[in-house]
Amino acid sequence: MSGSRAVAEAAKLSDVNVVSAYPITPQTSIVEYLSESIAKGELTAEFVQAESEFGAMSACIGASSVGARVFTATCSQGLALMHELNYVAAGLRLPIVMAVTNRQLSQPLGMWCDHSDAMGERDSGWIQIYVESCQEALDTVIQAFRIAEDKSVLLPTMVCLDGFILSHTSEPVEIPDSEAIRRYLPPYRPDADYHALMDVQKPLAAGGGCPPAFTMEFDYKKYEAQEHAKEIIRKADREFEQTFGRQYGLVEGYRCEDAQVILAGMGTMIGTAKEVADKLRNEKGWPVGVLKLRCYRPFPKEDVRRIASKAKALATVSRAVSYGIGAPVYSDIATCMSNLGQKPVLLNFIAGMGGRDITQKNIEHVFEKGMKSAETGEAEAEVEWLGLNKNLVGG
Amino acid sequence: MSKPYWTKENFPITPVIRNPAGSLAFKCGEWRTTTPVIDKEKCTKCGLCQIYCPDDAIYKSQDGIFEVKLDYCKGCGICANECPAKAIKMVAEVDETCMSES
Repeated sequence: MSGSRAVAEAAKLSDVNVVSAYPITPQTSIVEYLSESIAKGELTAEFVQAESEFGAMSACIGASSVGARVFTATCSQGLALMHELNYVAAGLRLPIVMAVTNRQLSQPLGMWCDHSDAMGERDSGWIQIYVESCQEALDTVIQAFRIAEDKSVLLPTMVCLDGFILSHTSEPVEIPDSEAIRRYLPPYRPDADYHALMDVQKPLAAGGGCPPAFTMEFDYKKYEAQEHAKEIIRKADREFEQTFGRQYGLVEGYRCEDAQVILAGMGTMIGTAKEVADKLRNEKGWPVGVLKLRCYRPFPKEDVRRIASKAKALATVSRAVSYGIGAPVYSDIATCMSNLGQKPVLLNFIAGMGGRDITQKNIEHVFEKGMKSAETGEAEAEVEWLGLNKNLVGG
Repeated sequence: MSKPYWTKENFPITPVIRNPAGSLAFKCGEWRTTTPVIDKEKCTKCGLCQIYCPDDAIYKSQDGIFEVKLDYCKGCGICANECPAKAIKMVAEVDETCMSES
């Protein structure tokens, strides 16, 4: 089944109470599957077709505030239109789960994959998990509810899957048994004395103004919850494995134990990178490995240091640009390496913007540059755009 | 408010007010620089001032006369502006000439 279908099946298995969304390519089929399931009575839930993504997230916030388990999906301009509400959802500590079929942001207008959309929500307080396969998309949506609804976390969670490359690609997917999922993910039961729960028996006011005397403390609580979420994500993953036999981790180090050159990235590029790493190890004997950043917020600093700090070169491939500096994923990697005495040379690559394929050749080039840097101890360029047509723009 | 609303013991995960009508404890009348004064001779008791008051700071007393709750009136002047009988005047709380000198 396609990645979109896998995400919809996961929302169904999670027994969501409310789905509110607005269609946008390539997310549309996710909500189509869900509205069909609700119409057929396979899923007992309220489907709220909103007038915009702003309205969709508003409805999600309202529904989650009365204790419903809420799911939505969007991407690109739709996610940008939700931006204001995304901060509200995180600030109200509502465990909404949203699938984002990563797509570029206009201008130039296009409907193809890159990570610009989700990067814009990086600092909103949402947890962000990037998946590599359709199976992982399904499993992660289910895990996401467990993580978001944990009383010690209570943060909305985004499951990011590469638009088209994953949302519209069919792969074999195992659908877990619904009874086993119910045991893994019991119904959401918020506590009126702890959550900002709208309950007529216990009236409260939420979402109002807050003076400077308290605002920083609420920000700190969110920061603390993000840090703590790493432990809960690991736990949700471990317990998922116990029943369903699959686990993913905050990160995955692929052939990194003895690697001198490591490529770090997110999403579907990881599959290609693993294949190229195998090839280069077999054909050229290069000691290369791949670091998949599955969890991007909270950023798995400790795991990145553990896996990559002993390598000689660490090359980050970002599917997003941070104009005026480089790339967001690179900046985060550099941040978590900054205070280490011994650290690899850090290389910064931008690739796959606006749906451009990240090819095996691109990845080979990254490893080649990494091998060179491992030898010289230096980075040749501050940032390199992979696959850029220099005939058109120079550079 | 002299006492902080939240303490270490009751600090919530998000700003929530669990006691209804908490704003009663917040005497925003302190912000006022001009005060509405109702001329009871001119007042026709139509009640528009009460309806328009954004702070619900005008009430009808037992004898049917409208009065201002000075603890909450911010002195915005909407009542004076809306009064069809021109029965409300905004009167400065301090001598304005003193203010302009500083």
